[in-house]
Amino acid sequence: MNREEADNCREDMEIDGNEPEMPAQRHVDIMPDGFNANYLKAYYGKVFPHPDIFKWMCYGHDGKHPGCDPTYFSRREFSFTLDNDIYLRFQSYTSAYELESSIKEKCPFKIDIGPVYSVNPAKRHAYAQTGDNVFTPVERELIFDVDITDYDDVRFCCSGADICLDCWPLMTVAIKVIDTALRDDFGFNHILWVYSGRRGVHCWVCDGKARRLSNEQRAAIADYFRVYKGNENSNKKVSLVGPVLHPFLARSYTDVLRDFFEGKVLLSQNILSTEEKYEKILEMIPDESVAAELRGKWQEKRKANGLKDDINVVRWEQLKSLLYSGKLKHIQGLRRCVEEIIFSFTYPRLDMEVSKHMNHLLKAPFCVHPKTGRVCVPIDPNDCEKFDPTTVPTLSQLLQELNMSGSRADIDDELDRTSLGRAVRYFRSSFLQPLLKSCKDELESAYNSRLQQSKNSLSW
Amino acid sequence: MQSLRTRRVYQQDDAAVPTLPLYRSAPPLEVRLEDFEAFAVDRLRVLKAISDGLSRGKKPDEMKKLVTELWRTHMRLPKPSEAVNKDVISHFVLRLVYCRTEDLRKWFLSMETTLFRYRFKNESPEAQRALMADFNLPYKAVNTAEFESVKDKLSQVARSFGQPLPTADTIFYKVPFEDVPELVASRRVYIHQGNAYVAMNQVVSLVVTQFRSFLSKALILTNRKWTSSIKEQEKDRLTPIVEVLSTSYLGPDYSQPRESAEISLKDIDNLARSSFPLCMRHLYEKLKEDHHLKHGGRMQLGLFLKGVGLKLDDALAFWRAEFSQKVGAERFEKEYAYNIRHNYGREGKRVDYTPFSCQKVISSTPGVGDHHGCPFRHFSEENLRAALGRMGVGNRGMDDIIDKVQNRHYQVACTLTFEAVHGSTCDAGINHPNQYFIDSQKILQSKNQPTM
Repeated sequence: MNREEADNCREDMEIDGNEPEMPAQRHVDIMPDGFNANYLKAYYGKVFPHPDIFKWMCYGHDGKHPGCDPTYFSRREFSFTLDNDIYLRFQSYTSAYELESSIKEKCPFKIDIGPVYSVNPAKRHAYAQTGDNVFTPVERELIFDVDITDYDDVRFCCSGADICLDCWPLMTVAIKVIDTALRDDFGFNHILWVYSGRRGVHCWVCDGKARRLSNEQRAAIADYFRVYKGNENSNKKVSLVGPVLHPFLARSYTDVLRDFFEGKVLLSQNILSTEEKYEKILEMIPDESVAAELRGKWQEKRKANGLKDDINVVRWEQLKSLLYSGKLKHIQGLRRCVEEIIFSFTYPRLDMEVSKHMNHLLKAPFCVHPKTGRVCVPIDPNDCEKFDPTTVPTLSQLLQELNMSGSRADIDDELDRTSLGRAVRYFRSSFLQPLLKSCKDELESAYNSRLQQSKNSLSW
Repeated sequence: MQSLRTRRVYQQDDAAVPTLPLYRSAPPLEVRLEDFEAFAVDRLRVLKAISDGLSRGKKPDEMKKLVTELWRTHMRLPKPSEAVNKDVISHFVLRLVYCRTEDLRKWFLSMETTLFRYRFKNESPEAQRALMADFNLPYKAVNTAEFESVKDKLSQVARSFGQPLPTADTIFYKVPFEDVPELVASRRVYIHQGNAYVAMNQVVSLVVTQFRSFLSKALILTNRKWTSSIKEQEKDRLTPIVEVLSTSYLGPDYSQPRESAEISLKDIDNLARSSFPLCMRHLYEKLKEDHHLKHGGRMQLGLFLKGVGLKLDDALAFWRAEFSQKVGAERFEKEYAYNIRHNYGREGKRVDYTPFSCQKVISSTPGVGDHHGCPFRHFSEENLRAALGRMGVGNRGMDDIIDKVQNRHYQVACTLTFEAVHGSTCDAGINHPNQYFIDSQKILQSKNQPTM
């Protein structure tokens, strides 16, 4: 039983007074008037890609091959959150038509996708909790959820539900680190990254191997990715033990994190510019006298002619040269501290609970976020630096586009007239088609080997 | 299952007996009724001590030593064949005892797996290789060419957790990562394209995973056989023994608070100050301060309060009073009330969840914005000293406690805290937050009794 929806139970935190140093960034939120049941009806009627979602969820079991499992799609749980927070769980359907009709009729504010169960969820009450005939998840994509509010202690431009183009790159970094590891280390291929509609990203790993992972294996992968531990009561949230880093962490550091920190984060977040901020960094240095030496340097007033380089860059260089200096290499953990600081500010922070259990629900791609009106569009991991959450199509924008283009019977054309067309085409070509091809291949070979087995077992 | 008579007959086989059985199937042995119980009790002593050791946060080498000592103390017999018989018989008896509920199965599985892990580690490499063969693991050793291509990465991994560097003679197995979840979780293997490169000395992980998975399935089957036939067949002989064995050593789980132990809303504040252990006090204080707690904190504190005797209606009122100050009464009803009722078994699966033991609390790691977990484990020294000071711990006691924390004996630290705060000893040691509460109340109430 799933007790917490990652999106629903996230609290909105107070918004700090913004520092006026940077020009106001375009923010993600729009007027809530841009989202209502009527708009949503039109969206589900004309824009939402029903057939693509259905094909995806079939994973090749579309009845066209003798090896198909005709019950597969009907064992998948969907859940709808309706207007006035009515929540419908364990919805299941036996055809594309049923799914599409139900969505158009009920007009859910949010659609969640759950696991594939051992039996049709509608029949679950007939089954026991334990023993042979159980109602239990049997397949579920490996999923990840990255939410920018988990980084609130290291981003100073926004907090809570706000995001801007200065802190959004944290999500980009998370995508790069995780995506590379999923492909290179774990050998997964069919990975979909989706914008969550407001302040984060979701990841769906859809390989057969991934869908069949047990809870324990999912937890192991989540722990493999976990670096950040602790909270406001512990001094250091990142503790990188050992003389060298594991190849995965080392690769992430040299390929992504270090350049991102030194090139972007230092400046856009002004990490070392004020005493309040640099004290947080100094707290992470294991040796008090080293921290004191840096504090002393930084408390001096800046010299008038030293303004060529940004103060954050200058101070960071000072910190690095001190921590790396030969005369201090006897102090334990000092050199490693530079990496720990960088990891603290940049390394992905995943919601562990989302990934660990097969029965955890996750919002479907192409939903519209009720608070921002933005569509949950796919993100290309190879191009994620260019993704701009402030330009993601909104519900009202899409409907305007539809209205302006007049009415046509051809659905595909309609989609293309809207700015969502590109997102759907990307979904199809980069994700859905390769996935379905691989599913078909898997189905074929499983079917053939079953045939072979039954032939071999014939004996007189 | 075994056939049992009153006379003793042991399998006469003095040929080389494997010292570490895999418990694949119940052997056709005959055992005295007295031994049936006695063997199980001895094994249970070993398992319980392992459970204790784990919750006190003992490190792997300490556990290895502990297991050796425990086995020698409780399970040794003069003839090797007799010792193996006792080993096997006691295991299968305990399967009967611990197959009957999910909690019992989880505990037994965890302890038997730990026991197996350390006994396996104590075996010689040859014996280990032989046992691996018994498991029929289909893994291939990495050949020289492939080894050369990944040698740098393998060395990097080895260095990252203080292992000796692999040489040309070190054997590595290429294993699907799904088969070694513990090694993946702790980043102790190099993984590439879905395969983990497992060193010979890590093979224990592979074998343990198989052991655990097999035993897990076996326990379900045993449960089925128990409920369908054995329990009734043996109701005059084995069943009473089996039913007593599980309750006598695991300790209470505090899921059913005693009748006299009801508390009401207005008592909570005082009780928090006088009798809550630090972990719950901290959660309570944060709740009062922020009018909110994240999921982990709500679970830990909520179940604790249930165990302490807070009824569902009072619990709802309690959480509502706090949360509605932050999110409003309406949102509370929509988003949080359901979960509270769920914890009391009134929703969904209708499972009555049990309050967390120290072992569970210690093993949960709080993240951003979380306040659950064990403060002795996660607080910085400064914060811990401040928190203990507010509880009334004096300077001298403080240093002892900090010393225990630095050696990772979190429950001992909590026990010392208890003793400092209440001015009396706690010989049993703290194993459960609800135990802390009950013991504290006992002391305070006895102080209130008038003495003649």
